[in-house]
Amino acid sequence: MKAFNILGVFSLLSILAIGGGTAVLPEMKQMTVGYEHWLTDPQFRDIYAIGQLAPGPNMLMVIVIGYHVAGFAGALAAFVGFFAPACIIAVVVSRVWDHFEGSAWRTSIQRGMAPIVVGLMLAGTIAIARTAIVGKDSEICLAFAAVVFVALYFGKKVNPALLILAGGLLGLIFLR
Amino acid sequence: MDEPIENPKSEANKLKVSLREIFLTFLIIGATSFGGGVVAYLRSSLVTEKKWLDDEGFLAALEISQALPGLNATNMSVIVGDRLRGIPGAVAGFLGMTLPGAIFVFVLGFFYASNSGNTWLNAALKGVGAASVGLLLAVTLQIGHKQLEHLLDVALVALTLILVSFLHVPLAYVLLTVGPLAILLYRPHPARPLTPDRSGLDKKPAD
Repeated sequence: MKAFNILGVFSLLSILAIGGGTAVLPEMKQMTVGYEHWLTDPQFRDIYAIGQLAPGPNMLMVIVIGYHVAGFAGALAAFVGFFAPACIIAVVVSRVWDHFEGSAWRTSIQRGMAPIVVGLMLAGTIAIARTAIVGKDSEICLAFAAVVFVALYFGKKVNPALLILAGGLLGLIFLR
Repeated sequence: MDEPIENPKSEANKLKVSLREIFLTFLIIGATSFGGGVVAYLRSSLVTEKKWLDDEGFLAALEISQALPGLNATNMSVIVGDRLRGIPGAVAGFLGMTLPGAIFVFVLGFFYASNSGNTWLNAALKGVGAASVGLLLAVTLQIGHKQLEHLLDVALVALTLILVSFLHVPLAYVLLTVGPLAILLYRPHPARPLTPDRSGLDKKPAD
């Protein structure tokens, strides 16, 4: 049953998602595109883009990956697999977290993991860039990315959602 | 940092928040937090509006969310839901947080699956994908700019990046090797106590 396979892959990704969704993107791409051949690079990019358009967590796009591979059962398997393990860990740990209140190691863990999370998020950015800024339109795509980056990084109070939508609309004009 | 967790708990017990209210509160956050910045939405709803948590309690819960696997948004929904009403509260919070986006991606995903050759749809998603790269880089650098000021941190960022992006080492191995190494490098030291850096927390995206 493919759905069990999907459940297994996304459960593992759930546990590995230290630093959030972006941090686990390279591994998700490696497993779904590289090892399992469930998706092609452009499909991975398209499905990630669907997640970007959605309200709430972008990573709900795992539902689309599951659906693409194994229909409704796959969608459910990906959803449960990607969210249940992390949520269970969160509830259990938050209940015992107070017991480590005074521990100096807790701060060490937080301090030590911070740069690793930044490295993983950069890797996640590169993973999407390798699927999104390629092919005959790569210059136009790079220009889109550069404009969004400059607007968000240097601009004050620009709504990221509007820039993402603008990317889609400009895509209709320039990337067809 | 001394009593961040207990406050909201006792306060919450007095409030007797209904599961329906937990669900609806997170439903609104889940339906309106577009394009990142979920932490700002969470804070204004949970701290300012509902007063389920005070500022310190909010940051403490966020710190736990951050340190553990999983997304900030969903981790916060189960942690806060659990503090208010136990496991049923956690389930209500999680379902509220994810339901709007889940329905959205399912409908769009269904449309995508049945229109795979549609040039308009492909062009739009390509544009969104390209714009996302700029968004991800901006968010990552905003969170990381402090990290990139210290040499040791830069080295750890670079090491992680090279292992994952260029040597394609499986993430589990990276976390199990670089993780303990980094923690050891920042091990507790009586002469120079560490303070956790919370400055980047606000900028975490709704990833």
